[in-house]
Amino acid sequence: MTSTTLAPEFSGTPVRTVTSRRVLRSEWAKFWSLRSSWITLAVGVVLLIVFGAIASATYSPDAATNQGPGPSTGISDAVSLALTGVTFASLAVGVLGVLLSAGEYSTGMIRSTLAAVPRRLPVLWAKSAVIGPIALILTTIAALAAFQLGTLGLDGEKIALSLSDDGVLRSLAGAGVYLALVAVFGVALGMLLRSSAGAIAALVGILLILPGLASLLPDSLYDNINPYFPGNAGSAVYALHQSSDSLSPGTGLAVFAGWVALTLAGAAFRLVRTDA
Amino acid sequence: MIEARELTKRYGDKTVVDHLSFIVKPGEVTGFLGPNGAGKSTTMRMIIGLDSPTAGSVTVNGKSYARHAAPLQEIGTLLEAKSVHPGRTAFNHLMALAHTHGISRRRVDEVIELAGLTSVAGQRVGAFSLGMGQRLGIASALLGDPAIVMLDEPVNGLDPEGVLWVRNLLRGLADEGRAVMLSSHLMSETALIADHLVIIGRGRLLADTTVDDFTREAGGSGVKVATTEAVKLRSLLAGPEVTISSSSAEELVVVGRDAREIGVIAAQHGVALYELTPQAVSLETAFMELTHDAVEYQSAPADTERKAA
Repeated sequence: MTSTTLAPEFSGTPVRTVTSRRVLRSEWAKFWSLRSSWITLAVGVVLLIVFGAIASATYSPDAATNQGPGPSTGISDAVSLALTGVTFASLAVGVLGVLLSAGEYSTGMIRSTLAAVPRRLPVLWAKSAVIGPIALILTTIAALAAFQLGTLGLDGEKIALSLSDDGVLRSLAGAGVYLALVAVFGVALGMLLRSSAGAIAALVGILLILPGLASLLPDSLYDNINPYFPGNAGSAVYALHQSSDSLSPGTGLAVFAGWVALTLAGAAFRLVRTDA
Repeated sequence: MIEARELTKRYGDKTVVDHLSFIVKPGEVTGFLGPNGAGKSTTMRMIIGLDSPTAGSVTVNGKSYARHAAPLQEIGTLLEAKSVHPGRTAFNHLMALAHTHGISRRRVDEVIELAGLTSVAGQRVGAFSLGMGQRLGIASALLGDPAIVMLDEPVNGLDPEGVLWVRNLLRGLADEGRAVMLSSHLMSETALIADHLVIIGRGRLLADTTVDDFTREAGGSGVKVATTEAVKLRSLLAGPEVTISSSSAEELVVVGRDAREIGVIAAQHGVALYELTPQAVSLETAFMELTHDAVEYQSAPADTERKAA
């Protein structure tokens, strides 16, 4: 019974057993009680909306090849313009995830946390379960907003699309799912590395730099493994059109989720096995 | 009750805690003493499972800490005052911890008031002074109304009023039947609060004793008495196992009777005393002597002397 009051020998303070739900409640409270959470989250959402809206508003068919650092498929469409900001937003939500976990190590909070939850693993799951849905909901809304604002800018253009067009909603929701996974990825990296700076560097390296570095590999090898890098698999999740060398959204999601799960497993292992 | 059995922690080839066994009993304040680097903090971290022992074991109320369903009710801990996110307010910090055990907001307010933090509960912890941080740490230790309270250097950074507050608080907690363990590197301070002493050096147990015994052993050099009737008093105090020496006509140094006995005897016989002083070697000196070998390996003797000053 989770509601049983234990050992009532001292005063009348009801103290209950630690459950996953209570740890979740605690992590939820921790998340919202830090100003940095609000700021980082707002930055992610604003980047997503503003970049998308600007990219759409400044779109001209003549300059279509120059469409910024988005998940370039070579094909310009209203969705990829609206999601121009995903790369930047992914850094914001990834950093948010890192701060949630590694931030506890850099401040010493982790000692209080693990003293309250000495089984440890519920803390990692709760952090992921808090940040994932928050990022999912807010970034999906932001992606929709970016797209809707974008349609104003693209009014009359050949590439204009509406929400009801094939794949549009799937892509926009895919961006939300991707960003939610990136946030969880950040939590896992932070728990694994226990250093905010280190985890942020790893996040940027893995999502943004790794694919570039891999292009140094021999072509035949590169073509085979490139789509499976976390960043590339992730961008397949929210691309409207698949280029020949990228994964399908479903496979991309599975591959990226696999990377996140792998990192979480590593984080869980370190959390349980090493001294805090 | 905390029971450590042959507790050992090694980092590489450095042994920080070395086959340490001790018991912290309910209803007592146990002072956990040792010079800096003796392994006190590491031991405390092992008690609540932050570090896992290389060998040996430690239990909290009969179980290893992590096996308890509501650990904050078993033992409340202050490890370092900095075990807090500086961006969170004191209230939010305590509330976040409280949520894990379904502890009510009322209890959070209660410990905030108990720790004297009511006026700053809404402030971010980053702006707290060391003393306020200690108070917050003590508040969080008491949050779960625990059977054991374990505090690492609780009076660090506290002003005299705060030190007195901690002393009374811990006494009160022990009198309620809780086990209280506090670490310190200051013998004199600890002797004022503690009943029992566990003294370690270089990770090894040096003494497991009571404050009274430790004080008695330290104070082996008798009681100094000054009176105008030294000769009369001398014969009154005489007895088996009592040795009396005098350095001047009006002064006696009595070994074998304590100050209380001497005062009572003098009063019964109408001898006026104008000084009655236990000639205790200072507890600090006794402690230094005990831990000297343990410290010696780490710093030159001259250094040790200077620290003692």
